[in-house]
Order: sequence, then structure tokens, then C-alpha cells
Amino acid sequence: MLLSGSDILVKTLIEQGCETVFGYPGGQFLNVYDSLYKYQNEINHVLTAHEQGAAHAADGYARTTGKVGVVISTSGPGATNLVTGIATAYLDSVPMVAICGNVPTTQIGTDSFQEIDITGVTLPITKHNYFVSDVADLADTIREAFRLAKSGRPGSVLIDVPKDVQIAKCEYEAEAPVECDEPFAAKEVRIKEAAEIVNSAKRPFIYFGGGVITSNAQEEVLALAEKIDAPIGCSLMGLSAIPTDHPRFLGMQGMHGHYASSMSMHNADVILSLGVRFNDRVTGNRTKFATGAKIVHIDVDGSELNKTVNSVCGLRGDVKLTLQKLLPLLNEGTKHDWMAKVDSFRKEEETYLDHREGLTPRRAILTLNKHLGENTAVCTDVGQHQMWSAQNLSFRTPRRFLSSGGLGTMGFGFGAAIGAACGTKERSVLVTGDGSFGMNLNELATAVRYNIPVVILIMNNGVLGMVRQWQTLFYNKHYSNTVLECKTDFTAFAKSFGADGEAVASPEELDMALSRAFETEGPYVIDCSIDKDEFVLPMLPPGGSMDDIIVKLEVEE
Amino acid sequence: MSRYTVAVLVRNQFGVLNRVTSMFRRRQFNISALTVSETETSELSRITVVFGGEEIAKQQLINQLYKLPDVCSIKEFSEDNSVSCELLLIKMKNEASSREDIRNAADAFGAVTVDYSKDYITFRLADSSRKIDDFINLLREYTILEICRTGSVSLEKGSTTIRQIINL
Repeated sequence: MLLSGSDILVKTLIEQGCETVFGYPGGQFLNVYDSLYKYQNEINHVLTAHEQGAAHAADGYARTTGKVGVVISTSGPGATNLVTGIATAYLDSVPMVAICGNVPTTQIGTDSFQEIDITGVTLPITKHNYFVSDVADLADTIREAFRLAKSGRPGSVLIDVPKDVQIAKCEYEAEAPVECDEPFAAKEVRIKEAAEIVNSAKRPFIYFGGGVITSNAQEEVLALAEKIDAPIGCSLMGLSAIPTDHPRFLGMQGMHGHYASSMSMHNADVILSLGVRFNDRVTGNRTKFATGAKIVHIDVDGSELNKTVNSVCGLRGDVKLTLQKLLPLLNEGTKHDWMAKVDSFRKEEETYLDHREGLTPRRAILTLNKHLGENTAVCTDVGQHQMWSAQNLSFRTPRRFLSSGGLGTMGFGFGAAIGAACGTKERSVLVTGDGSFGMNLNELATAVRYNIPVVILIMNNGVLGMVRQWQTLFYNKHYSNTVLECKTDFTAFAKSFGADGEAVASPEELDMALSRAFETEGPYVIDCSIDKDEFVLPMLPPGGSMDDIIVKLEVEE
Repeated sequence: MSRYTVAVLVRNQFGVLNRVTSMFRRRQFNISALTVSETETSELSRITVVFGGEEIAKQQLINQLYKLPDVCSIKEFSEDNSVSCELLLIKMKNEASSREDIRNAADAFGAVTVDYSKDYITFRLADSSRKIDDFINLLREYTILEICRTGSVSLEKGSTTIRQIINL
């Protein structure tokens, strides 16, 4: 049938299985919004307060559902406001398609009103991007964008659609949703090499990341650990893939990782690394990183192999399919001495745990744990609260912990929590800090507008806690611009936006507030007071190795 | 540090060179020469990259190239398995005292005179990058006014082509 470009755009999104788009209208995208009006029974649009919030919401939707998240915006500032969200998704390998309007093709390149070269801007932060200059290419471009976004290592893709292309007419016929490129296992010969190395291991350690969640390989990871008798650790992006209470799971590794997890990795002789990219927050000083270990590295993205650390065996392939082929080649074996050593690290870790009375960060998260359902998505912003959450949340279901791991985007969480609630059709939780929350708190308007149930737990310490922690440790306590000194009354703020909320100052109050929050239909803000001098521990100083780990701080008065 | 030559077959689309060079820039690959042109089919362009670095950086460069959706095929060339050629234009000051020597040097390298006046002389030389380096170094004794070189292009020896890798 003959349709306008904007109709084709919306129809193709529907055809590709997109139920919800997040976005914000504007001059060069009016036609698409008119088509959204026309097809409102077939596709849902969530209007945010700011395009950045829409991008993070599409990201949160994608992370929880595994489907492609879609965000749309107008040209110029609308498009540039997407940039942080697109980069966040790109660095965390989240499938996202961003579509924005642009000035008519006849005006492109003339610095027209609200014209920006968004394909140029997003070149380094997308898997690929498109400028559609002919309406005949529009539907296929969107289809290809969906395929690219979710194939192999997922990521963000952007499509720029000039206004005249939205207006022009063209024949459209619906097609089936595009399939991902067929996932493939690593080469046989590499798998055999890997099996030999793993079979020779006396102290194996399994280290996994977001790639395990993407390829849905958690069962294979557990089977592997059982078979070779190995402990499991993960990166921030791997969290939620394996239940926190699983006996083999030691938790997150790295700069603020669990002591036992980091120590086990440091003492391993073979590290089986699955869907990870050895970020500097994980390795610390690379020359001192796991020096006694042979690294076997499986990743779907070949460019991650030997990028930052050298592996003795690099396998390019889907983690799940590769593990399925590797598992039968592995010898079953028990490693009493090694597991005893791992247990001793665990026991040591327990002695470092924070058991202080009062509303400590750890107690706040443990209190939150009691209220979480099996399917509740917990989103964070970036900073101390993020690490406290990563360390202390109890995870039960994959894709239910959402955090900006690669880009470290303060302001990510609220949008993500809105997207997560839309994706799971359940209440989501945002754990944030007063600093991060300040970045995108405008999205409370969105949550109220759609009555989206989001429990917002602000760990309010009046400072930019993580930066302050570094200033305390490495900058002679020069608290340069990290003391916020806001007089914001977050309860009043919530009420002014039409939501509800309260402030709490003790674990008991927090517990009761959470009970009320989890029974509220819409968003609920809890302003939770935390001391400004709390630390995230353990801490591997930047550029340090496990020998430099800080597990406890001597309190100086 | 070694020198590597990599041929890249890309979809002949608007902005594709920008995508490739932008990746080189942001990942800080040190490119010595880069050429691009259409190929035997208008759908494909061919980029030849000459790159100096360690083996591991070269592998990373190839891996990163493969991630660009517009890249169809990549072939790495060694001196043994390929023929390479570069084009040089060089403009010299034409003085009576050096005229004879310059002409002799050009003859020795097989460079062709493409422009001539009593004040200047311009040569064209198509040869391997190393020969061109040698020729330029020889002429540095005299007054070089301007140099323009294209960067090397390479083809594999024998009947195999870069397109056979991907069965295009």
C-alpha cells in the first residue's frame, strides 16, 4: 500500500515487534508523531521529560526484555540530547534503535534551524548509523537497524530521517520481524585448546560478564563450575545472571568487588573468562593483573580478545554455544585444596563485613532486599550507591539489575527504571544518590503522568560520595565541589510533582517506608539519610593490584 | 615496529571512508598511508591501509575493521604474496648547476618528466614505496619544491582475489 514515510516508519516499528517507543516530539518529527497518533492502538508512546530520559528508558526496556529498545526524537537538540543515552547503551552492549528527525534533504548542510549532523556526532557511539535520503530505503533501513542492534554483540544503532523523507510516499508491505544473525560457536580447534588448558587447571576461576546474560548462558556457566569444581565471579555487567545465594558464586570482582571474588581470581591458575572485556575497573594495574593465571577468553566480539589483557586462548563465538561444545571435553574433578582456599577467602571477607548499627549503606540495601520480588528490576545511577547495591543486593533473576557499567552515566537510573517497569510490566526500583538523582529527576513527571510504579530510594549524603571518597584517599581531603549543600526537600519535591514520598533516618523507618512504597500505585520517593563519610569498601586503588587492596579504613578523628 | 599492508573491501556508500578513518582516529592507530577508490564493481570500494605497529595492534586493527558493517572483506598482504605500487609527483628547482645530476637520478629510477621549464622540473614515478623513498632521499641533495605521493596500492599475486574470501 502507498504510505507516507512517517507512516512507513511507524508501521515498520510495529512490524518489528516494537510495542513501546520512548521519545519527545519536535518540529522536524511532527509527521512521525502524527503517524503515532494514527496508529496509537498498535503502538504505545511514552513521553518523557527530556530526550535523555527517553533514551535511558529505551535502554532499560531493552535490558529487562532482551528486545530492541526504541527511542525517537526530533532533530538538533532533540538528537543531541539522545547522545549520552546512545553511548550508555553502546558501551553496555544493549540493543537500541534511535530514530531522529532532521531538516529536509534540500536544507541539509546549510546550518538550518535545529539541524545537526547527528550521524557524524554518533559515529563513535553506535554500531552503525544511517542517513535515509530516499523514502524507498526507509523500511529496509529500519529492518537492518533492528538486525544489527540485536545481532552478535548487541549495541545502539541510529537512523536519521529528514522531514521530506517522512512526507514522501512509497509502497510499503509488512514483513516478518528480522532475525538476528545466526549465533555461532567458536572454532573446534580453539575449543580443544581451551579444554586442554582448563583440564590442566589446579585453581580454575570462572569470570563472566554481560555476555553471559546476552547469550542466556547462565545454566552452562553453572554446569561448567560444577564439572570442574570452580568458584564463579563476575563483572558489574554480569550481576543478576547467577543468583547471589548460589554456593559457588563469589559476587562481583574488581575495584569495589567482593574480597573473596577478587582474591580467588588473583590466585587462580586458569581464568575462564566469558563475555567480558577486562575493563580497567576490573583489572586495576594490567601488568600486575592475575600474573599467575592463564586466561581463556570467550567472546562473541573478536576484537575483545587480546585487547587489554593477553589470553593464552581466545575463542570468538557465542558464549552459550561455545560452552555447550566445551563442556563434554572437560574432565570432571574435585579441587579440595583450591576450594578450601576459596572458602578461607570467604571467611576472611566475612570479617570485613560492616555490622554497624543504624542506617548504614549496607543496612539500607539489605532492608531493600526484603521487599524485592523475584521479578523486580533494580536500577542504579552511578557512584557509591551503585557499588553498595552491586555488593549487597540479592539477585534472583537475570536481567533484573540495571546499571551503567561502561560509560558510568549519572542520571541513567530514573529513565532506566521507567523503561524497566514498562518492560517487565511490574514495579521497578531505582537506587540512586542525591547527586545522580539531581541529574534527571525531571523524569518524576513522566512516572507520575503514566502512573508508573517506581520505588525511588535516594541514598542522600549531601555530597558526591564517590568523588569525595577519592578526594579523601588521594587528594588530601580537598573536597573540591563535591559538597552539594542543597536544601532540597525530596518529599516536598515528590509531592509537588504529584507523587508521594517521605524521609527516613533509621533502618526501621526505611523498612516501613519501603512497605508503603511497594504498595503505592505510582512512583514513591524515599529520602534516606546516609552519612557523608561512608566508604565503598573494599577498594582497589586506581592502577593498583590486589596487593594494594583496601579492606578496612582506620578512622581518623 | 613492523609495516603492514591491509586491503579492505567496503560497500561503496556515502561516508564509508569517514567511518573507517574515524575508527582509526579514535582507537589511535598510526596509519602511514591510505588510498581509496572504486573497484571492478560500483557497489564496492577498496581501501588500502599501510600501517606501522606491533603485530597485536595490527590484529586489533583488523578485528575493529571487521566490526564495521560496511566492511565486506579484509586481506592482509606481505611483500612475498603481493604486488604493490605507489605514485609520486615531485617538483624540483631546475638550476643549471644541478640539472644534469637531477636528470641522471630520474633516469636511474625510471622517473618520467611530466612538466618542464627553465625554473622547475616535475617528475612522475610509479614504483614500490621503498623505491620512491630512495628516489626522494636522493633528490634531497637538491632543492625539492613540492612532493605529492598517493600511498601504496596492492594486489595479491596469482589468480585469487579479495572478493573470493567472501564469495561476492
